Amino acid sequence: MTIKEQQDELISDFSFMENWMDKYEHIIQLGKELPLIDEKYKTPDHLIKGCQSQVWLHTEMQDGKLVFTADSDAVITKGLVSLMVTVFSGHTPKEIAESEIYFIDAIGLSNHLSPTRSNGLLSMLKQIKLYAVAYEAKSQSQKNGTEL
Amino acid sequence: MQHVPDIKDLAIDIEKIRKDFPLLQEKVYGQPLVYLDNAATTQKPQIVLDTLIEYYTRINSNVHRGVHHLSQEATNAYENSRKIIASFINARKPEEVIFTKGTTDGINLVAYSFGRGEIKPGDVVLASAMEHHSNIVPWQMMCEDRGAELKIIPMDEKGELLMDEFSALLTDKVKIIAVTYVSNALGTVNPIRDIIAQAHARNIPVLLDAAQAVQHMPVDVQELDVDFLVFSGHKIYGPTGTGVLYGKEEWLDRLPPYQGGGDMIKTVTFAKTIYNVLPYKFEAGTPDISGAIALGTAVQYVQQIGVENIQAWEEQLVEYAVQQLQQIEGLRFIGNPKHRSGAVSFLVYDIHPYDLGELLDKQGIAIRTGHHCAEPVMDFFCIPGTVRASFAVYTTFEDIDRLVAGIKKAVSMLR
Repeated sequence: MTIKEQQDELISDFSFMENWMDKYEHIIQLGKELPLIDEKYKTPDHLIKGCQSQVWLHTEMQDGKLVFTADSDAVITKGLVSLMVTVFSGHTPKEIAESEIYFIDAIGLSNHLSPTRSNGLLSMLKQIKLYAVAYEAKSQSQKNGTEL
Repeated sequence: MQHVPDIKDLAIDIEKIRKDFPLLQEKVYGQPLVYLDNAATTQKPQIVLDTLIEYYTRINSNVHRGVHHLSQEATNAYENSRKIIASFINARKPEEVIFTKGTTDGINLVAYSFGRGEIKPGDVVLASAMEHHSNIVPWQMMCEDRGAELKIIPMDEKGELLMDEFSALLTDKVKIIAVTYVSNALGTVNPIRDIIAQAHARNIPVLLDAAQAVQHMPVDVQELDVDFLVFSGHKIYGPTGTGVLYGKEEWLDRLPPYQGGGDMIKTVTFAKTIYNVLPYKFEAGTPDISGAIALGTAVQYVQQIGVENIQAWEEQLVEYAVQQLQQIEGLRFIGNPKHRSGAVSFLVYDIHPYDLGELLDKQGIAIRTGHHCAEPVMDFFCIPGTVRASFAVYTTFEDIDRLVAGIKKAVSMLR
């Protein structure tokens, strides 16, 4: 699935839920499916800045595609991280860097999450895009035979 | 739903009181609002809102300046509010009541002026382990500036001050003690009479942070014999951006002014300025006139209900909340003091307070999560924060029942 298709699927899943308690139930469930970060990466430099609860994110390249693993000490946050990872994991740095992200607004997360949470979500989005841009720049420079 | 216990005090007409607060009639996510974040700020009764509108519609004018009719009216209303507040806390005279922007502003004023006037290098300021940041940081800044030291009265696991350690800290170096009457994070009511008595035995003045006290219990500054006392208007049903510093006249006369500007001066030349008398000496610039007047209205509102009646009502609420909450599996109180007022802090299992707070919010229940601007308290208990439910005169037993049911539902989702 493309990043766009992933987003559309998430939006469709949430659209069947009538109230916010159901949506939260779903978010919490998604948190349980989050590919967990290796304990050894739970270090300060893997922490996402701007989150009130702690979020660790690790990125690695597999067959030209970025794979994300993560964790959080808060269950709802873990679910939100899982949404992000579902959308982005398994795509090339170029796809991620160029993607347009609309599912956060479409699901209504930006309006309904507490401001600290939605700020955290935006920090995470920014961080993932930064990783992608960095990987993309690195692969370009390798192609061109120059050191980054 | 739990059964509401026999209400011992019928002096409170809770139905009538709740109707006085328009915001309590609102719904959140389609459900009636349960507002349990009163230690952060209280809702405002209609009469306070009316006072604000009345001020701007009928008498808006600058105070202490004009000879014209409106300025007289505004000045009278502003000074009348000072008298209402003076009588509420039983100050000797209205001049001992200084209008501020709030508790933080009041503490900054005293820390700055007391520091400039009284503190020398090597002196010591005492604060307690359960202070709000606003009763830590201004003293730290002043101590850094004056080469003084801030020392801390420790507390125990129950969230009670260690009074033996307090006595041991009292040396001739201690120049002022700044302590909270009621802890905003834990709800502990501190033994301030004992603190003041021991301090005065050594001629050390005491500043009381009464931000979580004046709305919950009778506070009489003469009976307490306290030297400085500060509180916020918005936590006692008044407007935000208002507050009060009470100071004994001899102290306020002795201390240098805080901010310079209009109203706080008698005469100004480029060579020298003569400062105005109390209370104007500490009220530079145009004050929040409408806010101060509406704060007077809020205080009158509290007086009409009777602060003793409010105390009796809220004590039952706190007792009921503790009793109901402790039946929730996995719930532990953060701080479990013998004498508690206004607030209950807790955690459930290892659930992150933000998770619990968010799921309570979606059920229409407003509580506070986080460190409550008291990070040293959280560090002491080695936790990132707590969930805090805090009460007001309009809180009901049904509110607490909804809180308990809300927590149970949230916990079942989060575990």
